[in-house]
Amino acid sequence: MSRKPFTPKVVTANLLREGDVVYLAADDTWVTDLALAEILTDEAHAEVRLIEGSQQPQVAVGVYLADVQPGPDGPKPTHFREDFRASGPTNYAHGKAHGQRPGPEV
Amino acid sequence: MYQYTEFDRAFLTERNAQFRAQVARRLDGSLTEDEFKPLRLMNGVYLQLHAYMLRVAIPYGTLSSDQMRTLALLAQKWDKGYGHFTTRQNIQYNWPKLVDIPDMLDALGQVGLHAIQTSGNTIRNVTADHFAGAAADEIEDPRPVAELLRQWSTDHPEFQFLPRKFKIAVTGSPNDRAVTRAHDIGLVTVERDGEIGYEVLIGGGLGRTPMIGKTVRDFLPKEDLLPYCEAIVSVYNRLGRRDNKYKARIKITVHENGLDEMKALIEARFAEVKPLFNGVDQEMLAAITAQFAPPDFVDNTPAPILDPVLQSFVDTNVTAHRRDDHAIVTISIKKHGATPGDATADQMRLMADLADAHAYGELRISHEQNVILPHVRRDRLPELFAALKAAGLGTANVGLASDIIACPGMDYCALATARSIPVAQQIATRIDALKIEHEVGHLKIKISGCINACGHHHVGHIGILGLDRAGVENYQITLGGDGTEDAIIGERTGPGFAYDAIVPAIERLILAYLDLRHGADETFLQTYRRLGMTPFKAALYEQEKQDAA
Repeated sequence: MSRKPFTPKVVTANLLREGDVVYLAADDTWVTDLALAEILTDEAHAEVRLIEGSQQPQVAVGVYLADVQPGPDGPKPTHFREDFRASGPTNYAHGKAHGQRPGPEV
Repeated sequence: MYQYTEFDRAFLTERNAQFRAQVARRLDGSLTEDEFKPLRLMNGVYLQLHAYMLRVAIPYGTLSSDQMRTLALLAQKWDKGYGHFTTRQNIQYNWPKLVDIPDMLDALGQVGLHAIQTSGNTIRNVTADHFAGAAADEIEDPRPVAELLRQWSTDHPEFQFLPRKFKIAVTGSPNDRAVTRAHDIGLVTVERDGEIGYEVLIGGGLGRTPMIGKTVRDFLPKEDLLPYCEAIVSVYNRLGRRDNKYKARIKITVHENGLDEMKALIEARFAEVKPLFNGVDQEMLAAITAQFAPPDFVDNTPAPILDPVLQSFVDTNVTAHRRDDHAIVTISIKKHGATPGDATADQMRLMADLADAHAYGELRISHEQNVILPHVRRDRLPELFAALKAAGLGTANVGLASDIIACPGMDYCALATARSIPVAQQIATRIDALKIEHEVGHLKIKISGCINACGHHHVGHIGILGLDRAGVENYQITLGGDGTEDAIIGERTGPGFAYDAIVPAIERLILAYLDLRHGADETFLQTYRRLGMTPFKAALYEQEKQDAA
């Protein structure tokens, strides 16, 4: 059986204290902006970064690899679920949608 | 309403202190995430898509005005100014920080509210008819037994690790507004030869394998309720599958073992446990029932309604009360284009104030995600409506096409496979623009953002299920579902629709109904039952083909 070719990824999680969606940057910090995340194009390196991301349990929880498409403005989600995680809910300008997307603030 | 005893308050204080310590130990690293997760879930704390979510139980949907003000306080102080009322009569806060949740729980505890067993494989918040204690068609107020069930099931040592979650609903009326037939246990109050008892149904549920509950007892004497429920859950706890979570609900246990076998096992277990109850439960029920005494109703003589706008509101949002000079008022929190079930802190406070001013301080939350003032003096209706209208809460759409149930969907929920909220918003906005809502009449549209069916799509007259099809949102439609005493699961129409095609598809269905019906008295559901799927399918798919050609 042929394996699916590896596609670019980022390490993502939620902050333990606040719950915010975050991404692992190349300097091992967690950033809220997907554009600043480290893009992982090598499968073995991605596995290592996943393990490294998982070793900060007091900072981030629910760590996993998410598919992205590299671009001139940084990585972009390839699936709509990750798009909503990166940009916030679509019914209110809350969370990451704050100031980014038209919509009621409540 | 039930008032917490010293025992209740002490229990809750201790439980909240316990959780506060668990959060502290998680934050300082003493507890791992794997150790902490089941502890937070037992206290209603989920980690969702964008943030933590706190689910607070509103037992049998009943709130006092002070409790509603506390829900508003939580929204204002620790969330983003609003809360989301759910299809299980709970409220969810979408943005709390973990570090703040112990303070939120303490604030809730001050007014006798909590988040215990709003998650996990336990007996969840017991739900009831949202018109309980007020409805003209009611045999008996179901809330005292719902409260008894709540006390029995809370921290029940045998039932903290069931094969899967377990939901109980109670109705005191023959017109089932509590969707009892789609619950693990459904209790329908019945009267036989002057005696009140319960028809007991088991094995109902929606989700990936929707099933309508089956009757295990057509008349259970009232005093046997608790031991009989204990017997049901005990048999399920033993037989329910733990090898496959998709086959773990009692509906599958009933399906795989057969109703007759389940009945025999339940009756045998009932015979064992009944003597253990010793009548203490009935003493407790008597004490609880006394606390649900009706308010001191004030006689009044309402003036005739001359304002057509008020009349329209009364026609849709007001239901007959058991007293002629009172009314049940449903406040729609689904203004066209709004997020179904969301109420701001200001709206919650206003509704609490209006409950105090006009409705003896009582409110209810419906599984249809609206707020109810159960006891409104009829002479106060004009004043009440004016206040609601001024606050944007006067939408006259209860039971109509824009009164849509929608789960949080992928805008918030980690389990969702597609969005629900914007679909509901767009359908309601479109229906409002077409100005056909009142002409269409009674129509229940229900939307779920995944197969778990929190939006009850299976029992919607029009059901919409959002799925992920090859990385794209896709929406399946079901027709003919019904969540009442005639409960039936809706039938799928065929292939699903893309996100930008689902609203036009629903519009085609509604317009087809207007063409097909035998006059304005025939509802959408009646037309569907008379004609079946074929003409609706034609409206959905043939028109789509023509549009594509």
